[in-house]
Formats: sequence, C-alpha cells, structure tokens
Amino acid sequence: MSDRVTVSKTYKLYLGGAFPRSESGRTYPVTDGKGRFLANAAQASRKDLREAVVAARGAFGKWSGATAYNRGQVLYRVAELLEGRREQFADEVAAGEGVPAKRAQALVDAAVDRWVWYAGWTDKIATVLGAANPVAGPYFSFSVPEPTGVVGVLAPQRSSLLGLVSVLAPVLAVGATAVVVTSQDRPLPAITLSEVLATSDVPGGVVNLLTGHTAELAPWLASHADVNALDLTGAPPELRVDLEKSAAGTVKRVLRVPTTEPDWTDRPDIARLRALVETKTVWHPMGV
Amino acid sequence: MTWEYAPAPESAAIANLKPSYRMFVDGEFVEGAGEPLKSVNPATEEVLAEVSTASAADVDRAVKAARRAHDKTWGRMPGAERAKYIYRIARMVAERARELAVLESLDNGKPIKEARDTDVPTAAAHFFYHAGWADKLDYAGLGPDPRPLGVAGQVIPWNFPLLMASWKIAPALACGNTVVLKPAETTPLTALVLAEIIQQAELPPGVVNIIPGAGDVGAELVNHPGVNKVAFTGSTEVGKVIQSALAGTGKKLTLELGGKAANIVFDDAPLDQAVEGIVNGIFFNQGHVCCAGSRLLLQESIAEEFLAKLHARVSTLRVGDPLDKNTDVGAINSRDQLTKIQDLVASGEQEGAERWSSPCPLPDKGFYFAPTVFANVTQSMRIAREEIFGPVLSVLTFRTPAEALAKANNTPYGLSAGVWTEKGSRILWMADRLRAGVVWANTFNRFDPTAPFGGYQESGFGREGGRAGLEAYLDV
Repeated sequence: MSDRVTVSKTYKLYLGGAFPRSESGRTYPVTDGKGRFLANAAQASRKDLREAVVAARGAFGKWSGATAYNRGQVLYRVAELLEGRREQFADEVAAGEGVPAKRAQALVDAAVDRWVWYAGWTDKIATVLGAANPVAGPYFSFSVPEPTGVVGVLAPQRSSLLGLVSVLAPVLAVGATAVVVTSQDRPLPAITLSEVLATSDVPGGVVNLLTGHTAELAPWLASHADVNALDLTGAPPELRVDLEKSAAGTVKRVLRVPTTEPDWTDRPDIARLRALVETKTVWHPMGV
Repeated sequence: MTWEYAPAPESAAIANLKPSYRMFVDGEFVEGAGEPLKSVNPATEEVLAEVSTASAADVDRAVKAARRAHDKTWGRMPGAERAKYIYRIARMVAERARELAVLESLDNGKPIKEARDTDVPTAAAHFFYHAGWADKLDYAGLGPDPRPLGVAGQVIPWNFPLLMASWKIAPALACGNTVVLKPAETTPLTALVLAEIIQQAELPPGVVNIIPGAGDVGAELVNHPGVNKVAFTGSTEVGKVIQSALAGTGKKLTLELGGKAANIVFDDAPLDQAVEGIVNGIFFNQGHVCCAGSRLLLQESIAEEFLAKLHARVSTLRVGDPLDKNTDVGAINSRDQLTKIQDLVASGEQEGAERWSSPCPLPDKGFYFAPTVFANVTQSMRIAREEIFGPVLSVLTFRTPAEALAKANNTPYGLSAGVWTEKGSRILWMADRLRAGVVWANTFNRFDPTAPFGGYQESGFGREGGRAGLEAYLDV
C-alpha cells in the first residue's frame, strides 16, 4: 500500500463534446451505498439542459447522415474503450450501487456487450424494419426507418452503467442524438462513460450527459419544443403523468417503458430501436 | 379557351339514402340516447338524414360489448378464421361500391369521381390487404408472440369518412382487436352503411361498434377505462388534447394529425407534368387532405413561367355539383370549415401575399370556395405556417436545393412532401433529408394499403398500412 495521495477527479457535465461545470455553479455531493462521500457532481440547471438540446440538435444532421457502417464502427469503438477501462468502471459501479466487486464486474461486462449488440444493429435496422411496398400501380415505393431526432432520456436511477447504456446505445444506433439526465444519486459512472464517448469518435453533441436533480430538469426536457422523443425510464413516479402531459404539447414520442426499473441483464430486443425511428415512405412513378 | 360540358350527374338515388340512421352496437342498430344530429349535404345545405348519437352510457355499452367480443370470440379466434370475415367485408364494400361512392359524395361534398375512383376502392383494398395479415402476424417481424391489445377506440375525421374507417378498422380486426369507432359529426353515413356490411358479413356481435356523435362522444370514448388502444386522425390541436388526456393510462396511442406539406419544383422538372401534380396535391378533395401539398416551393428561375401555367390550369378546374362526373372540385364540407378557410385567406391578403383565385363560376347554394393561389408568400405568414385544409395554395421560391430543403423542413409538421425533378440523385438526396413520413417524387397523393403512411413531429406518430402499420394494434 502506497502512501501516495491519490489525484481525485472533478466530475463535470458532458455537453457538446466538452466537459463544462454547470453554468449555475452548483454541485451536489454523491455518496456510496453506505452514505460515505464519493465526489461532488455538477448540478445541471435549466440553462445547461437547453444548451444540451441545442448541441444535440446541432449534431443530429451529421450523425443521422453518417453511414450505418460508420455508426456501427463508432459504437463498437465505445465497447473497445469501455473494455479497456473495466476495472475503473467496476470500482465506480461497486461504490455507487453498493454491489460486490464480482457483481459489479459482471454488470460492466454486460454493458460492454450491450454496446457490441447495438453496434451490430446499425446497418440491419433498415433491412428488418424497412420494406419494398408492392403497391397496386406503376410506382416504386419503399419505406425506410429514420431516426426520430433529439431524444430526451431520463436514465435509470438504480442501474448506473448497464441501465444507462441500455437506454443510450439504441438512441445512437438508430442515428438519433441524446440529452440524458443521469441517475441522480449514482451519476459517476455516467460521467466516466462520457470520457469514453469523447475519445471513441462519437461526434461532440451526439450524447450530452447532465448530472443533477431529475425532478428539477425533467419538466424542462419534457416540454422542450426541440426534443422529439422522451424516455421516462428514470422519471420520479410522482412526476410521470405530468411529464407525459408536457410531452403532448409538441406531440413527442413517449417511449412505452415499465414503471419499475427492469432487470437490465435480460436479453434486449428491438422494441427500443422501433420506438426511436420514424418510417418514411417514398414513391416514384415507373415508366419509360 | 372555355370548354363547354353538358352536365353528367350521377343519380343521387343510388345512395339508397334513408331518412334516419342509427348507431351500431353489439351487432344491432339501436337508437342512441344522445341528441340526434342532422347530416347536411354541403353542396345544397339540405339535410340528408337524421342520425342518432351516443350518450356517455351508450359509449360505455359499446366498449363493454367490444370487450366481451374480444374476450369471448374475436381475440381467441384463429387468425385464419378472422381473415375470412375481413375478406367478406372487402368483397361487400366492393359490391356496394357505387352506392357507397354516391353516399360519400352526398355526405362529404367530394366529387363523385374521387369517391368512386379513390375513396371506395382504396377502402375495399385496405380490408383485403389486412385480411391476409390476420393469420400471418408471426411473420410481421415485430416480436415472437404478437398479441392483440384488446378494445380499440378510434376517432376519425370527415375528409375521407369511409376510407378512414377502413384504415382504422381493418388493421385492428386483423390483429385480433375489437373496435368502437366514432365517425365525424358531419359525415357519419358511410360508416353506418359499413356497419350494415359488417352485420351482413356476420361478424360476431360487438366486434365492431360504430357510435356517431360530436367531439364529446370522442372524448368519452378515448377516456373510457375499458379502452386499451386509441387511434385518432384529425387536427394536431385535438391530437395534443388526446395525448395529454391519455398520459399515465398506459393506453397505446397512435395519432395521424395535420400537415403543411411542401411540394418542391426544381427548374429541370417537366413543368406540365409538375403542374398536374401540384394541382392534384392541393385541390384533390377540395384540399381537405392532411397531406395536401399546401406549400409550393418553386425554383426562382422558373417561378414566373410555372405560375402562369398553374393559373391557366387551375382556371379550367370545374367547381360545383359533387355528383357531376365532370366536377373537379366539390363542396367544402361544412360552413365552419368554409369560415376557417375564408379567415386564413383574409390573413394572407392582410399579410401582403398576392392572391389569385380562379374566375370559375360557383353554385348559388352550398359551401364553395374558388381554387386560390397565393404568390409572394413568406415563411412567417399564417398561410405558410398553418394548415388551411382547403383549396388554397401558398407559393414560395428558392434558389438552391439546400434552401428548398430548409424551407420545406421549417415547420413543426412532417406528414408529407413532394419533389419534382428529372434528376434521380437529387430526388434521393431530397427524400433522404425531408423530415416527412411520405415523400412523393414526381407524383403526389398516392395511397396504398401496402405502403405505410403517417407523420413526423407534430403530424403525429404511428403508421397506417404496410407491415409497420400492424405495430399500432399489437402488444409487441
């Protein structure tokens, strides 16, 4: 055991590819399962959230326009870099979630595998969900799934890494961009994940991660006119109905998610991918 | 040059119009306890028939009948058997096509040629297409064990009364759901003839229930706790109210709402063909089309020439008696809608757009509006932003494809768009970037049960038609 004093990390927001503090200057203490201090996290404000939406909208054109092959490679790269930092993530998950080291390691491994699973989906979604439409007339008609746009995500409150990856990776896989409010009490793995994202060719602004108070940020996310879809997985139960009502103001797609957090180690399916795409049908006449 | 036409009226008698119509609940036609409504022929302002409407208790009875039918018969029936019932409906709609077309034209005001050539055949096609899915849902790729949702509460608009009923009912039944459908207040008649067909096709009682009424009946229906799935086609304003009302209920919702589609003409487009497409895009069904091409974006270099051709062509549209087979543009569906169109047109003039209206003669009676084209429209004007839902076209110009795209996408809606150019790569470039659920290239207003239809953004969510459309009615 070394006597060396460790260098501890300042946890900040991940916004537009940069790591700013909250513009509000606020932080809040994050503790482990036993109430011991771990770190101060930035407490994002409404203004931070709005800037995150601007960043996500700005990044949408390039990310949605990237080839599916390219997006697949970028997502796979995230898995590679996450794999390389297994120990660090396992320590953070163990501390934050209060689970034994072995369990934490298994959760991190599952998170890596989830990135790989979704990486493989990027160039298959259109094949599986798209169609050539056999219309009754001299027209070529085809339908393709397209990313819905900017997705607001209230990340799971309990599963700080695997849960987060399970809701974030499908957003990226379809070519949408994300504004994520992380787990309020377990935000540290999310911020460390943003360091992975920043170094794995995910363009800045594609993912924006805000730590802070979910109940403070959620209403602004739900009512924001430039957010196209909303994932309420980590919403405080007492706010959920109001958030859904706010979302109706701009006809947001509200994902059908369970009211209690699912077991994220279950095998995923394509329900999230389906919920995050819009089907576009194109017609053209045939003739000489 | 003026073309003289002899009148070619279709006989109204073919509609077999009855003095009164009743709602259809649990397999029977019954009186509703609501205040009866009078359905008016918008072409003459005469009452066509009296229609009984549902009270809150009637809605409850219909939902319970649908629940019983779902639990006891329809939901358990093998898909292959359900399919045969739906095929029967498709065949019987086709058999009574002429009657339905005339009745639709009378009740809605649309030209008989459109009811005859589009509404009714496409309605029959929707039943025929979805019938085939009933025993093949395992192959739809939506999940390993697709199950019905239960009772579907469906509320439809007045612009394509029978066609919208078929878009709603056919996929719901194919997926094993039962239905309570509310037709629009001003156009309930063809849905009730469809109920007759459903009765004659011997569907088990309660599988389909049709309850006429106004918005209050629709609200009662979508908010009924016995409803598992809500499907609404109508205005974005009402869609938002429904989405909000359903918050926290867990009911599955699909919305097909308004639009403000851009129809984009590049300088290399075959102009005469494009003119036909633009005319069809906005004047089809009097412009009462959610996906109408109501914003014309012209490349600057051809704007003047194109506008002249457009005026010439629109001047030849024959506005008048919907039952006349020569009629191109029929009656506006209601006085309310006519007033709304007039208000928006007045705003266009006040905001400085240049109005041109066809000099065509209009009938003395009935609700009519001359086809109108506004030039020099800017993006901030109401006529460029709001859905007019009438025969009014707003013309804007652009210089580059990027500008066309930016203007086309500058709307909270996203239902449809049109692109006119001879250059294939440009079509695909535009189609890829237009934020709209349907993109018609060198054509417009094409519909088919195999082709998914639905919106982006505030034009709603969920699809109707195709494999994608099944998801709206399945627990997957």
